[in-house]
Order: sequence, then structure tokens, then C-alpha cells
Amino acid sequence: MSVDVRFHEVVKEFGPVRVLHGVSFSLQAGRIYGLIGENGAGKSTLMKILAGYESLSAGELFVNAQARRFADSRAAEAQGIVLIHQEFNLAEDLTIAQNIFLGHEKKRGWLLDDVAMQREAAAALAQVGLAVDVTTRVKNLIVAEKQLVEIARALARHAQLLIMDEPTATLTPGETERLFALMAQLKADGVTLVYISHKLDEVERVTDQVIVMRDGQFVTSEPTASLTRQQMANLMVGRELSNLYPPKSEPVKGGAPALKVVGLTVPGWATDVSFEVRPGEILGFAGLVGAGRTELFEGLLGLRERSAQSMELLGQPCHLKNPREAASQGLTYLSEDRKGKGLHVNFGLRQNLTLMALQRYAKPWLHAADELQALAHAVDEFGIRTGSLHSLASALSGGNQQKLALAKVLHPGPKVVVLDEPTRGVDVGAKRDIYFLIQRLALNGLAVIVISSELVELIGLCHRVAVMRAGQLQAVLEAEQLTEKELIAHATGTR
Amino acid sequence: MRPEPVKSAPPATVGATPHWFTRLQSLGPVIGLVLLCIAGTLLNSNFAALDNITNVLTRTAFIGIIAVGMCFVIVSGGIDLSVGSMAALIAGSVIMAMNAAGPWLGSPMLAVTLGMVLAIVLGALFGLAHGLLITKGHIEPFIVTLGTLGIFRAYLTYFANGGAITLDNDLSDIYSPVYYASVLGVPIPVWVFLAVALVGGVILNRTAFGRYVQAIGSNEQVARYAAVDVDRIKTLTYVLLGVCVGIATLLYVPRLGSASPTTGLLWELEAIAAVIVGGTALKGGAGSITGTVVGAVLLSVISNILNLTSIISVYLNAAVQGFVIITVAFLQRSRR
Repeated sequence: MSVDVRFHEVVKEFGPVRVLHGVSFSLQAGRIYGLIGENGAGKSTLMKILAGYESLSAGELFVNAQARRFADSRAAEAQGIVLIHQEFNLAEDLTIAQNIFLGHEKKRGWLLDDVAMQREAAAALAQVGLAVDVTTRVKNLIVAEKQLVEIARALARHAQLLIMDEPTATLTPGETERLFALMAQLKADGVTLVYISHKLDEVERVTDQVIVMRDGQFVTSEPTASLTRQQMANLMVGRELSNLYPPKSEPVKGGAPALKVVGLTVPGWATDVSFEVRPGEILGFAGLVGAGRTELFEGLLGLRERSAQSMELLGQPCHLKNPREAASQGLTYLSEDRKGKGLHVNFGLRQNLTLMALQRYAKPWLHAADELQALAHAVDEFGIRTGSLHSLASALSGGNQQKLALAKVLHPGPKVVVLDEPTRGVDVGAKRDIYFLIQRLALNGLAVIVISSELVELIGLCHRVAVMRAGQLQAVLEAEQLTEKELIAHATGTR
Repeated sequence: MRPEPVKSAPPATVGATPHWFTRLQSLGPVIGLVLLCIAGTLLNSNFAALDNITNVLTRTAFIGIIAVGMCFVIVSGGIDLSVGSMAALIAGSVIMAMNAAGPWLGSPMLAVTLGMVLAIVLGALFGLAHGLLITKGHIEPFIVTLGTLGIFRAYLTYFANGGAITLDNDLSDIYSPVYYASVLGVPIPVWVFLAVALVGGVILNRTAFGRYVQAIGSNEQVARYAAVDVDRIKTLTYVLLGVCVGIATLLYVPRLGSASPTTGLLWELEAIAAVIVGGTALKGGAGSITGTVVGAVLLSVISNILNLTSIISVYLNAAVQGFVIITVAFLQRSRR
């Protein structure tokens, strides 16, 4: 049984926000498709519709020439369509076998048939080349092994179309090679694969056909062999990349550093890292997922255990115990995890904006009118698009939530600001706004640190880029050294 | 050093108010109370009598005052199961202290004043202990206060030797007006209840502390990253609740002039129920003091109506309250 899929004018709306604007294309059985596009292009949403996690607002989905609307992921699985999420859907406390059959348990009468399930799970594990006992609890596996369990689970459910969302984001190069070999084997077995990734070199290597999406629209579907990586990138962005970034200001030379860190160690994450950033400078932090960048700065803020030889903020030795102390001394941090650590999505815009500088409005009673005025100002200044100043943060689109989060960490008036993945999950337009905003902040004398997994973003934006690998600072690159090739070489340790 | 505007956003409407449906939902407890009062009046003409209303409000005062404090704890995402036991232990301790201090100080008046201050101080200290165990000790609030629920009541029983601790007569005479007297026709406990609710409302809605409490309950991680001193604020909510328990107890002691192992029994459930019936979500983040006050009054109106009428047996009082709580939770469900 093979699966042919055709999307016809697929539209998806979340409340008033339309994220897919009539997407049409088809997938043929037994090929590997690379689905590429910027964050917010609608790739994941479209694939969630295909796999039954989201419903479509309008348009049609044909599977094997039959119109389908999957009520849930189980209905899609029945057609052989399985999506492997970026964040794994595994119950950590259950065993591999229990996870593989979760929701599809085999039974003998009223009781579970563990023997049969373990036998079949072992077969599925053998198919993906994972040599681990099926009674191992998932929490004891490393990330790459969990991913293989996810694939094994899909195979145990007779997947004919496997969608993988950024499968290599957290894998080492060796593990990635193994995954690619497995993908080739699955293709030989007649399975269709959709491979969503930002890593264009990998897309170029493993896929047969590239599908490009942009701003919720289908752009093109071309044989991989006919496209260069540069062409893919331009198709994704829809304009020459250079226009996305503001012209760089002159690199800042001399002057006292705004933040100087010597020998910062965060046990288990970062070892002996030293760096400094001057007022008006944009310093990037590059590295693979798990390189310890976020944890390094969480340690700096006192959110994790840490030790350091010395830390100086604005020329004063500092020993930050928590984000509160950091903020009062002029350092604020924007978390990469917008919903989990950055914004109160159930709060109003006003309450979110002023939370870090609430003393300013407590005299001693809070003045809602003053807060509202500050919000009106911020909406204007940061280009936050909202229907009403009284909306909840959850009503904003991803890009506008991110602008609000930025406004929030800048509201206390810091001298140094650390922005962790400031453009994650936002569309191209909002990205450009954020880049120009960061540039202006720097021109106004703020020291900015940008942590990002998107290398082009760091290259386009930063004066200098520090590269971390496995918790260690590998290099600090600037000017002509700032190329994708150079950054990747340091980040992966192939230099 | 503010950045220039990035680009002009469409003008946001400043005057827009929250959606009418949201407002209607927040009025739910009030509507419920009004309907209940109409029903009560129709069923028994004595219900609307001034005496009865005063009586209901006075009885509500203890639970209501505690519920105001409980509202802060629940909005911050915590819970306190120990308030009933805490009230009993504070009552016992205060009576013992006053009995001892009366002859020693030579002034019953001074002894009573001392006792009232002690009630509040003890409440604050118990709350502080809860807060520190929860924040610095990293123990779930449910566990901590489940533990102290047993500890507080056991010590009261131990001090009372299984019986009752009774306030000396001369002290009782001086103290009793605190419960029984009225000002402008309104009993003192009701005035205190009003004052506590007003102050609570202002603190929750108009101070930075109140905003932080909501922020922590809504998402503790976000609050921590937004430079909120989470541990201090959480501890303070338990201290605030302890003070409320202290105030409720100092009003309660002159009523009977004694404390026994049954003092304050199940108050924790009534206080939590009042908060929930008032529209505050048990998982925290948002809550209303007005709703809590209405919730507390609503629950005692139910038992009052059952007392006055014979439609439903008074033995089923707790069952009716239980149905009300579940109904409210069911109606709240759609909000999240």
C-alpha cells in the first residue's frame, strides 16, 4: 500500500490569523521530499493537517485520490500517515515497547499481551538499527535513540508516509549519518518521506524533490538536483537575503566593555567561557543545539549553579543571584522559550509589558492609565500589531508576541540585553522588523548579545560572533571570517 | 535610548473594554447570590429580616476573612489545607496566654489586647513557616499544609488535654464585645470582614505585590525570568493568609470563649470553596476578592435557607454546598 497525497487550495485559520493561504501541491509515493521555508511559513501547520493534528479551514486534502478530513492523528495513521514531532511524543516513564504500542495495545481478552508487543517492538527496533532492550524506560535513552524509537513506532504502525520535523536539530553528525542511511532504506522499501529542515546542505544531500513554502503559500516544487543552496535560500526568503538586514554599523573599537565575563563555568553545560561586549556592539553566540549557550546565560543570571573568575557589569564587579538583581543592575534576558519563560500568554499586553519595571508604576498604587500609556507607546515603537490594547497576549501572532516580549525586556531600560533566539517562530516581515530594532538599540549605545541557531541571521546582524561547541568557546569570529562555512566548522568541530 | 518606531502599526483601540461575555461570567457568583436571596425570601419571610441578614453576615465573617487570604495563596498557584487547625491552635494559645497574663499584668484589658496581637503574630509566624518550607524547602504546598493540618490540631488537643481551653470569666466579659457589639447597627466582625476584603482587594489589584502574585500563579517560570522575586512573594502570600487566620480567630474567641479539638473543623474546605465559588481558578493566575466575598456569603446563605425552610433536610447542608461547588467548577471549565 503506497500513499499519494494532494493538497488542493488548503486554507488554515487560527482565529483571525490566516496561516495557510490556499496551498496546492502533491506528493508521490516512494520519494523523499524536502519541505523548506522560513519559520512561520506554514510548513508545520500543513504537515499537522496531513497527519490529523489540525483540521483544515477550507480546501481539500486527497489521499490516494480520495478526499479526506482526518478527525485525529489516529485516523491519519490508519491511512499510513505518521508525523514525528520536533519535540518527541514519548511517555518518559514507560518502556520502549509500551511507547511503541501506546494507544494501540495488543490484547488477549481483557489483558495486555506484553509478549507479543515486546516481540514486535524488538522487530521494529531492529529495522531502525537500535540495539537496545525493548523494556528500557524511554527516560534512560539519549535524544538520538528517542528519535529512532519514534521512527520505530511509526513503522510498527505500518507508516507509508513519514513526516519528520527537523529530525537532525539535536543530533550529532554521526547520528545524522545513521538517520540518513535509515531514510534511504525506508525509501527503498517504498515509504514516502517528508523531511522538514532548515539545514539546506542536508536537504540538498538526502532529498529527491524540494518544496518551498513562504508566508503560508506554496512557492515551488523542484527536483533537488536542479537547485543550488543559494537558490533555495532565496526562494525561501523571497528576496535577496541582504535586504533582510540593516546595514551594519562600524564595529565598536576600544572603550570599556559593558559586560566582561572571565572563566564562567556552568556545571554540565559550559566550561571556562570568557567574553566581553561593548556598548553599541552586537555580539552573536552561535552553536548547535545543546552547545550550552542558553545555559551559559542562565548561569550568568543566577538561574543555574555557576562559578566564574570574574564578572563585570558596567565596570563594576557583579555577582548576580537572580534575574531580579540582574535587571536592577542593568542586564535583562529574553528567553528562547517564549510561552514557557518569556510571556504570560493569559495576561493582558499591559501587564506583560510592565512586569519587569513595575516599581515605576507603583506609587504605591498601580496606575493602570500610566501603564496603558506606556503600552500605547510600545505598540507604536515596536510595531506590535494588535486589535485592542486590552487583548490578551495569546491573541497576538507569534511575531507580535515576540515584539511584545522584546518590549518587555527593554522596558526596565537595561544597558546590556541578552536576546535568546529573538526571531524563533516569527515570519519574515517580523524578523526584518526585529533585526532593524536590534540595530537601532545598538546604535543608541545598548550592548546586545544575540543567541541564535540561524547562522545567516548572526552573519547578517552581528559585529562579532562567538561560537560554542559542547560547552566550550571555540572561537570569536569577526569581519571577513564571518561566513557560514567558518561558523559551521567551529560549531561542529570539524576544524 | 529608546529606539525609533519600527513601522506604523494600525492604531489600537484604547477605549475597548473586555468582552461582554467575560464580564457576564465574572458576574456569575453575584447573580447566583441574588437568585438565592430571592428564593430564600419567597420560601420564608424571615429570611429578609434584618436580624437574619446580620446573623448570616456575622457567621460568614470568619470564613470570609480566611477566604480573602486564601484567595492570594490560590491565585499564586498554592493551597493551604491547615487554616482550620491553625485557627484552633491560635485560639487555644491565645486563651492560655490571656489567662496567664491577666493576673500577672493586673489589667484584664491589657491582657486581652495582648492576646489579640498575639493571634495575629502567631498567624503570621505559622504562615512564614509554611512559606519557607514551600519555597526554600521545595516541598509541595499540599504536602506542607497537610502536615501542619495534623500538627496544629494535635498540639491544640494536647494543650487542652483532649477537652476544652476556656477563657477566664473576667477576661471573657471584657473581650465579648469584640464579637457581640455593633457599630451603627452592624456587628464588629462584619466591619472587620469588610475592611479585610477592601484591603485585600486593593492589594491584589492595585499593588505591584498583587500583580506579582497573579504573575506567579499564571506562570511561575515567566515570572522568575521577568525578575520577580518568586520565593519572597510566595512566602508573603502564606504570611498574609496566616494574618487573616489570626484576625478571624481573634474575632472567634470571644464568641464561645473556649477552644476545643473541634474548633475550626473543616474551615479549610469552606474557605477554599468560597474562593472557588467566587470564580478563582484553583490552578491560579487570576482571581477576585469580590468574588471570594460573594462566594463566602453565598455558601452561608445556602445553609441559612436550609435552616429556615424544610424543603431539604438541614443534614444535607454540606451536600448542597458540594453540588454548588461542582456546578461552579463545571461552568468555569469552558473558560480555560
